[in-house]
Amino acid sequence: MLLTEERAAAKAAAQPGRRPRCDWLWGYGLIAPMALGLAVFYLWPIVQTLYLSFTESGVFGGQTWVGVDNFAALFGDEEMLGALRNTLLYSLLVLIGVPLAIVIAALLNVPGLRGLGFYRTLYFLPVVTMPAAVGLTWRYLYNGDFGLINYLLGEIGIDGPYWVSDPEFAIYAIAVVGIWSSLGYNAVLFLAGLQGIPKHYYEAAAIDGAGRMRQFFRITLPLLTPTTFFVMVITLINALQVFDLVYLMIDTKSPALAGSRTIVYLFYEQGFVQNSRGYAAAIAVVLLALILALTALQFRLQRRWVHYE
Amino acid sequence: MRLRMALVAALAVTLAGCGSGTDTTTKSGKITISYAIWEKNDQVSTQKIIDAFQKQHPDVTVKLEITPWDQYWTKLQTAAAGGAAPDVFWMNSLNVRLYAKGGVLAPIQNADVSAFPQAIVDGYRYDGKLYGMPRDVGLPVLWYDKELFDKAGVKYPTADWTWDDLRAAAKKLTDPAKKQYGLLAPMWDQGGFYPTMIQAGGHVISADGKKSGFDEPGSIQGLEFWTDMINKDKVAPPAQATTDTDPVQLFMTGKYAMYYGGSWLATAFKANTERGDKVDVAPLPKGPTQEAVILLGLANAVSAKSEHPVESAQFATFLSSEEAEKILSDTGGASVSSRAGTQDSWFNAFPNYHLKEAFDASIPHGVPYPVSLNTAKWQDVQNKLLAEAWAGRRPTADAAREIAAQMNEILAKE
Repeated sequence: MLLTEERAAAKAAAQPGRRPRCDWLWGYGLIAPMALGLAVFYLWPIVQTLYLSFTESGVFGGQTWVGVDNFAALFGDEEMLGALRNTLLYSLLVLIGVPLAIVIAALLNVPGLRGLGFYRTLYFLPVVTMPAAVGLTWRYLYNGDFGLINYLLGEIGIDGPYWVSDPEFAIYAIAVVGIWSSLGYNAVLFLAGLQGIPKHYYEAAAIDGAGRMRQFFRITLPLLTPTTFFVMVITLINALQVFDLVYLMIDTKSPALAGSRTIVYLFYEQGFVQNSRGYAAAIAVVLLALILALTALQFRLQRRWVHYE
Repeated sequence: MRLRMALVAALAVTLAGCGSGTDTTTKSGKITISYAIWEKNDQVSTQKIIDAFQKQHPDVTVKLEITPWDQYWTKLQTAAAGGAAPDVFWMNSLNVRLYAKGGVLAPIQNADVSAFPQAIVDGYRYDGKLYGMPRDVGLPVLWYDKELFDKAGVKYPTADWTWDDLRAAAKKLTDPAKKQYGLLAPMWDQGGFYPTMIQAGGHVISADGKKSGFDEPGSIQGLEFWTDMINKDKVAPPAQATTDTDPVQLFMTGKYAMYYGGSWLATAFKANTERGDKVDVAPLPKGPTQEAVILLGLANAVSAKSEHPVESAQFATFLSSEEAEKILSDTGGASVSSRAGTQDSWFNAFPNYHLKEAFDASIPHGVPYPVSLNTAKWQDVQNKLLAEAWAGRRPTADAAREIAAQMNEILAKE
């Protein structure tokens, strides 16, 4: 044992410069599986999509180059404008869930709370549930004739609408589910942020006579801004890509579809229902650009409101 | 004349080449062919048919793959684009031309399809060739709730019913206080608005598949038949209700007197112990111009890239044989064979429903399902615009004309 170690050390000493290179290789070797996965499943498809967006593809393969035709058509497409509007509205609505998550995290962080694990599990449960199950369950709850929500409303004398089939309500109804299902994930992130705030700030504030409310707004919220920033970026990116909830909760023949069709839904319709692969790829590229732009904007704005300790 | 002779000779040579090439590969030992379908409820009957085929062809194994409808076409298309489609697979008339033109399907040679309804067989012809062996038939019928008819003292629908009879009955059967409606009017093409468009003298698409018929006066009348029932006469629930809940489930609540539904629902209705014996079927009511019902049946197609074209074609043909079709009907599942003379056992499996009478009265008026090359493309437009009309947010005639305009644009590019 000792012998081999000695020999290894001697070898390393005898060949200076070998060690760092070996470390490099180790490093690359260790990240290789991840890097390979990223390259094959993310980077290459992005390149492919970009290429496809400049082509018109046959249903069974075979592309013809059409230049920027797809993009030109896209900007005059009323459905695309509608989808863009719906997606942005949905994203704004889902961002309302962020302050809600802060409140829940703060409540879950109260020292000495009984059944803490139970509550945390309860709020996190929607996150681990399959979106398909979430969408279908909520569709039943929202059902205009037999849904639980309208049944309860009926008990107090209100005739509830067809939540997800009525164009006036559908996008809001979906946003409620979007908020509900991201609440637990965000709350856990905030909880981690809350527990990272050193106790002595609160002790000092208490000595200076600050009440709990004042402590929350003057200490907790400012020190939570890095987490808030992260949560907002992630939530917005997810919200911009919403597809499953719309697909599951809105019937393809529903009058509410026009008012709740999101960009990814439009992508699906064009690519897989209408077989316009090139056009669908162009939609995906626009969405990618939109997400990049909005995320960049958020990073820019963070200097104004995010406090790092 | 000489040119034609030369062509025929060339064709014969290529075909002969094909034949001899495959013969050598298949004679060597046991082979496996794959068979893709989408209906899980047909697994039992399909497996029985496969067993019967394997008994006749001991050197062939058929591997059954079931993919749910929602993923079936996406999966098949991806596989076909990569040249890896299953050897034999379910095809419908909506997609057949797209796949035939794309070179995915092998034409079926020398098949005897005389025992099948013309309207179904024609759906699988493209460029004069047959691209699928017909299997079953789905017939739209008028389901009605006997209990509601009895309570309201209205006579049951008969084969002689016209639109006016239906409307009059629907009015008597509607009771807003009880949230009870005379008719269910979901937005359904095959059994709903396509037949009424044709019954009123209009059409969906021209025979050559080049022009939309949505702006014809008859077509508009056929569409208004539905939208008026919902938004004017209010004898049918609002469109929101039928998109919120599956109309099949709504019908089983006993609050809707009539429903244009598929004959294949017999299995589901029979299984409903509470209301299954309170419903029955009648043929679709006649329109102001003519009788018409759209027959849709799926077919078994053979992949053009199959490694075992001979056996695959044999299997596809066997699936339509009298033996296989009898097994299909005997099993009493969702599908009924479309081969004449093999259906009685299916009818007998549902003694409470007058299915045989409805079939006998309807089949002679069968019309093929309207398709073009890329049917899904204009149907998407059609569904989006009709959804507005169904919800009463846009005049039906206006929506129909808009569909025609957009559809003509799509058809021009095909």
